[in-house]
Amino acid sequence: MLVGAVFFPLLGAIIAGFFGRWIGDRAAQWVTVLCMAAAALCGALAFWQVAFLGQPSTVQIATWLDVGDLEFNWALRYDTLSAIMVSMVTFISTLIHIYSVGYMSHDATRPRFFAYLSLFTFMMLMLVTADNLVQLFFGWEGVGLASYLLIGYWYEKQSACAAAMKAFIVNRVGDLFFMLGMALTFVVFGSVEFSAIFAAAPTHANTTFMGLPALEVIGVLLFLGACGKSAQLGLHTWLPDAMEGPTPVSALIHAATMVTAGVFLMARMSPVMEYAPVALAIVTVVGASTALFAATIGCVQNDIKRIIAYSTCSQLGYMFFAVGVGLYQAAIFHLFTHAFFKALLFLGAGSVIHAMSDEQDIRKMGGIWRKIPITYAMMWVGSLALAGIPLFAGYYSKDAILEGAIAAGSGVGVFAFICGALAAFLTAFYSWRLIILTFHGKPRADQRTMDHVHESPWVMLAPLLVLSIGAITTGFLFAPYFIGDLSAGFWGAAIFNLPEKQMMEALHHAPEWVPMVAKAVAFSGIGLAFLLYMALPRVPGQLAAAAPSVYRFLLNKWYFDELYDRIFVQPTLRAANFLWKTGDTKYIDGMPNGAASLAAGASRGAVALQTGRVATYAFAMIIGLVVFVTIFLLGR
Amino acid sequence: MIVALSFYLFATILIASATMVVTSRNPVHSVLYLILAFFNAAALFLIAGAEFLAMILIIVYVGAVMVLFLFVIMMLDIDFAQLREGFQRYAPFGAVVGGILFFELLFVLGAWQFSTDAADLRLSPTPPGTTNTEAIGRVLYTDYIYLFQLSGLILLVAMIGAIVLTLREGQNSRAQSVEAQLARLGRVENLNPALGQGVATADILRRRPPEPPPPARIEREGHH
Amino acid sequence: MLTIGLGHYLTVGAILFVLGVFGIFMNRKNVIVILMSVELILLSVNMNLVGFSAALDDLTGQIFAMFILTVAAAEAAIGLAILVIYFRNRGTIEVEDISALKG
Repeated sequence: MLVGAVFFPLLGAIIAGFFGRWIGDRAAQWVTVLCMAAAALCGALAFWQVAFLGQPSTVQIATWLDVGDLEFNWALRYDTLSAIMVSMVTFISTLIHIYSVGYMSHDATRPRFFAYLSLFTFMMLMLVTADNLVQLFFGWEGVGLASYLLIGYWYEKQSACAAAMKAFIVNRVGDLFFMLGMALTFVVFGSVEFSAIFAAAPTHANTTFMGLPALEVIGVLLFLGACGKSAQLGLHTWLPDAMEGPTPVSALIHAATMVTAGVFLMARMSPVMEYAPVALAIVTVVGASTALFAATIGCVQNDIKRIIAYSTCSQLGYMFFAVGVGLYQAAIFHLFTHAFFKALLFLGAGSVIHAMSDEQDIRKMGGIWRKIPITYAMMWVGSLALAGIPLFAGYYSKDAILEGAIAAGSGVGVFAFICGALAAFLTAFYSWRLIILTFHGKPRADQRTMDHVHESPWVMLAPLLVLSIGAITTGFLFAPYFIGDLSAGFWGAAIFNLPEKQMMEALHHAPEWVPMVAKAVAFSGIGLAFLLYMALPRVPGQLAAAAPSVYRFLLNKWYFDELYDRIFVQPTLRAANFLWKTGDTKYIDGMPNGAASLAAGASRGAVALQTGRVATYAFAMIIGLVVFVTIFLLGR
Repeated sequence: MIVALSFYLFATILIASATMVVTSRNPVHSVLYLILAFFNAAALFLIAGAEFLAMILIIVYVGAVMVLFLFVIMMLDIDFAQLREGFQRYAPFGAVVGGILFFELLFVLGAWQFSTDAADLRLSPTPPGTTNTEAIGRVLYTDYIYLFQLSGLILLVAMIGAIVLTLREGQNSRAQSVEAQLARLGRVENLNPALGQGVATADILRRRPPEPPPPARIEREGHH
Repeated sequence: MLTIGLGHYLTVGAILFVLGVFGIFMNRKNVIVILMSVELILLSVNMNLVGFSAALDDLTGQIFAMFILTVAAAEAAIGLAILVIYFRNRGTIEVEDISALKG
């Protein structure tokens, strides 16, 4: 069962990928759905067994490498952290597979899509159940690969191909740091297996590497790797462009699972990170900045999927600064609830796009809430959960994070709290901006589109309904286990909290005014959105016109893409061009070409000897004869 | 004395006529000079005591081969007026090369001697008391009989070769070749158009290949 | 000088040889002269052989000279036959025009 949860998706991917053409499109999709459902069942059972019954285990599969001092195996490590991730990933992936059956029903190459989706799920599961850093890296790279394949799924579109390349390359930068971190871990600990590392972490607290504390450097390197995967400030540029992929892809990869791999890595390495306070401080600062930064951009975007993408980026920032203050449990709790409501929002957006005949610009929507009521309700549920309104899932996890930021008592914690609160305000604001502009007001689309607006088929709505239930209930149902009174028994040894910091205790004794501030910013954000977009629809336009440079700055994502283009892309392209034109074509190709033309030139010279006139040949022969005789005679 | 004088006389005429063979403008003249050269060579052979060979030279070489040359020259209808004179271009260089070759030959001659046991190494010493012809006959048909037959074969092959190369079968003959006609059976289709109709009515015009089907339109982004 | 010895014959043979070789590549007129130059060369060889045969009192030289004669006759016949058909195809026997193997 433990193995099945991880390998069923691979089975589905292989069947759909290699035999899809024989078994047909419908069979391929339902096979993958079936395999995913089986995996979800196994995942749920594993979650029950490991987390609630408290029986963590490790399943050895095979030896991978055993060379000298370096040894690691293929093994599945099931502790509470992995079990949470496995159950969440398989469940959400199953729902998205079902949704894709409806969303991709008109696509010509469905088996490929479903194979890639299942492949991605398998890689993510390998990542979370890894017993050593190398297996985790295998899953890490695998999800990057699947992300590339899925973003560039419609490969005839130039923009999709470019976005897929961008995602992969930016991830690669993060992967470089991850690899460095892995190498340093091996140097310091002599092993890459988690059990060995975690056991030895306290003893290496004072080891240094090149003059710096080794554990700090490891922490920073691994965090930078996580930044690439989780689109934190600096390596975030790929996430909005990744919306070129189909909406189910955005929902699965860029909301619920792949982007959370970075947070997962930080939580998994908690025994090491806890001994690296400087690294944790860096994590806090970067995470908090990302949260605020992404929220500001999300306020002015016009593409429905990009707004939700920036929202994801922002929420990931929350998770990271929760990790930074030492509250791994709260970060994972927020990851868990976020998966539900963010997937709900994305799939709802997909439903809207489907209804509006593939229109994605919210400026061209409006006035459709009566026509697609279920989708409208789902978007409300998702947004309420995202904004952190009490009773909904996001409230419990977001609140815990904000309380933790204050409870940490450090300067970075306060900075994180301020950023987090501001970001919460902006999150509520832009979520309702999205809802109002999309569903309310006078219709801004043309008549033909409006006539076509229809509710999605049940195969697409059912996952939405299930996710909405999750978005509502997972908060109060699981809060006691993740961050409440039952958390110690729940988590077991999966997450390590430094005893001196006593973060969980501090969390429970957070100041009273924090939840009130959180509720206040959320409601005021909603109120402002209603004010600006429902009551005074002309004001936003006037505000934008009044401060055009600010507006443009935010609209162009703080000009990060242009900056990277100037610093990295253009010089690289110029260097590549030079290496190609001069280095390769002129010099390297020139060598065989030059040799060939040398041979050709020599043969052309030799051909001049062949006049075809026999008399000349005879003459040459005679001269040769005379020469030989002369040499012979002189030699005597 | 007489011998030396006659030797020098014949040798001089031989060399002179050989030079004229190479430099003469008219090929018929060249052949005639060559005949003269052979006559003189035969005289030199006589002086050396090889009378059989001298006579054979005249009878076979002059009488047959040179006559053959004359036949071919006459037959080839060469336009003498058009023969180009391209002698002068490489003449000095050729003369130098020839001179070098000649001096080398003389050098070899000058530096060489008979070996001391040359007399014992002779393959077929001349028996005393016989004429040259008889002596040659004794050796040719006994020791060298195989080579003799072989040279006969060579002559046979040359004869056949010359005939094969130059024989022209009747070119204006319109005889039918029954084998060629039979070989064509079954591989050639006989059209029988009606009288006066022509070939256009028969269905032999090339058909155009069918158009490839237009590429299928691919759906993107959901429906329509 | 007055007694004719082997050296005289060899000298005459050498001169004939050089003349024949000279004639092969120096003529620009026609192919028949080439064939005749070949005959000259063969004559010079015969001269050498007869000279040695006389000097050594050995009949082998003369026997060999006879065979050379035979082969020269055969070769002259074939060469002329080739010339005839070449002329039939080309209509000319100029040496300059035989350059179809030009590179």
